Amino acid sequence: MYIVKRLFLMLLTLWIIVTLTFIIMHAIPGDPFSNDSKTIPPAVLENMRARYNLDKPYAVQYALYLKNLLMLDLGPSIQSKTTDVNTLIARGFGPSAILGIQSLVIALVAGISLGTVAALRHNRPLDYISMFIAILGVSIPSFILAPLLIKYLAVKWHLLPVASWGTWKHTLLPSIALAVSPLAVIARFMRTSMLEVLHQDYIRMAKAKGLSGRAVTIRHGLRNALIPVVSFIGPLFASVITGTFVVEKIFAIPGIGKYFVDSIFNRDYPVILGTTIFYSVILVVTLFLIDISYRLVDPRIKLSSKGE
Amino acid sequence: MKTAFPPEQKHLFQPVSREEMPAAAIGRPSESYWRIRLHKLFKNKLAVLGLALLLIILGLAAAGPHLVPYAPSDQSLLKTNLPPSAEHWFGTDDLGRDVWARTWAGARISLLIGFSAAAIDLVLGVLIGSVAGYCAGRGRTGDRIDSALMRLIEVLYSIPYLLVIILLLVVMKPGLLTMIVALSITGWVGMARIVRGQILQLKQNEYVTAARSLGADHRRIVFKHLLPNATAIIIVNLTFSIPAAIFAESFLSFLGLGIQSPSASWGTMANDSLGVILSGQWWRLFFPGLMISLTMLSFNTLGDGLQDALDPHSKA
Repeated sequence: MYIVKRLFLMLLTLWIIVTLTFIIMHAIPGDPFSNDSKTIPPAVLENMRARYNLDKPYAVQYALYLKNLLMLDLGPSIQSKTTDVNTLIARGFGPSAILGIQSLVIALVAGISLGTVAALRHNRPLDYISMFIAILGVSIPSFILAPLLIKYLAVKWHLLPVASWGTWKHTLLPSIALAVSPLAVIARFMRTSMLEVLHQDYIRMAKAKGLSGRAVTIRHGLRNALIPVVSFIGPLFASVITGTFVVEKIFAIPGIGKYFVDSIFNRDYPVILGTTIFYSVILVVTLFLIDISYRLVDPRIKLSSKGE
Repeated sequence: MKTAFPPEQKHLFQPVSREEMPAAAIGRPSESYWRIRLHKLFKNKLAVLGLALLLIILGLAAAGPHLVPYAPSDQSLLKTNLPPSAEHWFGTDDLGRDVWARTWAGARISLLIGFSAAAIDLVLGVLIGSVAGYCAGRGRTGDRIDSALMRLIEVLYSIPYLLVIILLLVVMKPGLLTMIVALSITGWVGMARIVRGQILQLKQNEYVTAARSLGADHRRIVFKHLLPNATAIIIVNLTFSIPAAIFAESFLSFLGLGIQSPSASWGTMANDSLGVILSGQWWRLFFPGLMISLTMLSFNTLGDGLQDALDPHSKA
């Protein structure tokens, strides 16, 4: 029952997002061809407007857009005459997905280890060192860190390629730049959660029955401390997605983030609209899956709408 | 009460007068809640460091541009791309503009946007959050108001806020005001969620029932009884929403969507220097980048300290 309700809410959210983006995009005075009206003959302009359905009333345009969306067609791009938004997203998806997944994995693994170590060595040097790293990571934005990484790791010490896309080596620097701030947030989150768990009675119980330190930490401590971290993956995912905007720009990576930023400057409305909706779908679906799995993982949270 | 001692030892005991009773003595002068909490905050070295750093940055943002004889937009084509020196403390950029003056002019814009967006978030978030929290469970209309507001919050919360801001910036004219409006449109959501949760909890307290039975109206209960008790959590949330707004501003300016040249903001300066960092002009990225990072650092440590100090479960 909860899942059905949540599913309905998810679809409602998506519909609101689509409608809002449509309204925002069409609230702009003029259309993408207004600037060309002096150089292009009126008849051609008419045809071009017709090609993108810009000559029809807003309600019809909206209905057409919704209909196409249901058939998973995001429409043509205005800037490039030959590709449509679907092709653009399909082309950019690979690099963006690799970057996103790689940096999520780095952030999760390193963040959880750092946070756990800090909690186990509470108020000792290792704790302070980990939290110092974490607070630095939160404070330095990726668009400052990325140029520094390029300058030192790529240009000065020639360890990794400077930019662009190709081999696996090319993915490393951008993934690290993208991972640092979520890594730091997870580490802080994990430390708090782990400290709380370590004070629970069942940890004392596990120690009392003679389990080794590692078994206590991993089987009883880590497993319970991870639960709140799972709920944090949603916002994390969102920050990685928006992070790709700057990281793909800095490293000149042909991903969706770069296409999205380019489309903003080219005023390519179908691409802006399509990419926004694509991102929203990915994010809303991920949030939904996380929410469901979170409740399945932790039996203490009931699958009811009054869970919170 | 009968004494357990034999009567011949009774002279060993003397009755204690009330003044001498240790339990009656007050150990130290009574202190207000905020004094205790601030005392705890000031014992936290990191938080004090953050606060000091923040004050220095604020001071330099106010005085910095006046300390050098160059205006932030003064160009001098004879003095382009100079490294930091006694004449130009932070060096100059490709148009010969003084990086020190630009950094602190940028600080003003970044901090102004951060503080004003956070102030709007505060007002909107507290208002909407307390209305939703107070209306919940108050008949059918009350529940409807709460769930309508909650749906709105949930929808806004599930879209990446930077995406919303970017969309708004696409349709509005870039500039300071646009930036503040765009940041506040989604920014209040976090505050509203927290305030709502807090009000839901607080209104169960006996003092609310007491106030109501004494005839206090809804507005008085919310503003005089509920919100003052939520102050701590609101302040903590504020110390995290200011740096979030500053970060968002520099992120968007870095993408070229925010403050436009020739105005300087830390994000624009970082963006402008992207092309030249490889040719060795490190100062153009380093100084604005350092200031963004230090500002975020100081707000974060101060926020952490406040969170510890204002935590009602922790001892003073």
